[in-house]
Amino acid sequence: MEYSPPPFFKRGPNLVTRLTLFSLLSLVLLFADARFQYMDDIRGVVGVILYPFQEIVHTPARIGRGMMNYVSLQSTLRTENTRLREEAFVNAGLLQKQQALVAENENLRELLNLRPRFEPSSQVASILFAARDPFVRQVVVDKGATDGVMRGAPVIDTLGLIGQVHRVYPWASEVALITDREQVVPVQVVRNGLRAVIFGLGYDGALEVRFMPVNADIEKGDLLVTSGIDGLYPSGLPVAFVDSVERNAAYPFARITCRPASGVGSHSHVMVLGSTESYPERPIAPDQAETDRRERN
Amino acid sequence: MAIPAFGKAYADEILLPAGAAYVGLSFFVAFMLNMLPLTGWVLMIRPDFVAVLLLYWAIQHPRKVGFTPIFFIGLAMDVTDGSLFGQHALAYCVLMAAGVAWHRRVSLFGIQGQMLHVLGMLLVAQLIVLAVAKVAGNAFPGWWYFLPSLSGCLIWPVVCQIVTSPLRPRVNSEEL
Repeated sequence: MEYSPPPFFKRGPNLVTRLTLFSLLSLVLLFADARFQYMDDIRGVVGVILYPFQEIVHTPARIGRGMMNYVSLQSTLRTENTRLREEAFVNAGLLQKQQALVAENENLRELLNLRPRFEPSSQVASILFAARDPFVRQVVVDKGATDGVMRGAPVIDTLGLIGQVHRVYPWASEVALITDREQVVPVQVVRNGLRAVIFGLGYDGALEVRFMPVNADIEKGDLLVTSGIDGLYPSGLPVAFVDSVERNAAYPFARITCRPASGVGSHSHVMVLGSTESYPERPIAPDQAETDRRERN
Repeated sequence: MAIPAFGKAYADEILLPAGAAYVGLSFFVAFMLNMLPLTGWVLMIRPDFVAVLLLYWAIQHPRKVGFTPIFFIGLAMDVTDGSLFGQHALAYCVLMAAGVAWHRRVSLFGIQGQMLHVLGMLLVAQLIVLAVAKVAGNAFPGWWYFLPSLSGCLIWPVVCQIVTSPLRPRVNSEEL
């Protein structure tokens, strides 16, 4: 006779079965997210649902900061004010010079028939918090899709490039720092215009220039700025200073470590740059060009 | 050395039944604690409150938590942390299974024994996450990566006290 326990004792599938099932499900999600970025829509939805709670959690910190501002000493304020005035004075001088240079540059570009330099729009955002996951170098800022932030937009602070918008939510966005693993920025050595590509290593305060020949003219202390050839980062933003150059003839490439120029992780405000330059159409493939020229001849 | 306030009292206590609303509320609070905008070394040593609370329910009241809600809490945690989708979900499911499988054994121990068990479970969950992250190509962030397990084990007695206290039946000393 078939005997089964009364429903009172039924507890669903075995614990191991359930664990296996859910582990497999999360592994599939992990794989889908890591390899194909399939999950961004779902992330967006969950992010929107969680936004009000995030705001609630941030309120005490914000109030605390407000109170600290309120009770700050007059002497501190006065020193800061004096310092800021001096800075503004110095900056005004630089700005005046720069305006003249910009005008001159535009004139020269016109004379040479070059495309005008691109000036991206920008907006200031404040950093809400650093991503808590130990495996990523990201910060979350308080400007999102509703403020016109686009995925891939460069983010800078007062000292240089800090990263790139990685995910956009309606009211916030995640910025992957240049130190994030496999974050790649095309750069140029200011001293001699040498172009290179700089890679994030996945931990704070270190970047690496890869695929530079051993005899490349790059020295300790060189400033690397964005070269602007990728059509993503506007040219001329400071990215990193070369920290050490290890030239070992046994390897084809020099080992060049750098430190970020910007205060990655030490600022509360950043600037999200706007849409990127519209580039001319890609040139046709070389073999096509070859045949065209032959036909013309 | 035994800490008098805790000890083996749990196993013998008769507690009020925990309602689903109470369990949900406790997870909500733990989730909010996890979302606190911390930075620097505080963030490094911050325990995963959801993980510790999950172990509490799995060990003390194994019938009160299910895999499905835990899985979704893990996914939500992944979104707020900016980590890979499924990373926390995996860790929480492993913790849940470990807690439920060993709940009889763990609750036999005094509070220090329980803390050691909790430390072990949290470490195993973190190791699994680390292994997955390694496969995905991430670098090992450093030994501080395991500090949340240690702090999680240290807050275990506190979490037990706080979560259990509303479940203790009120004794009216005036009553006969």
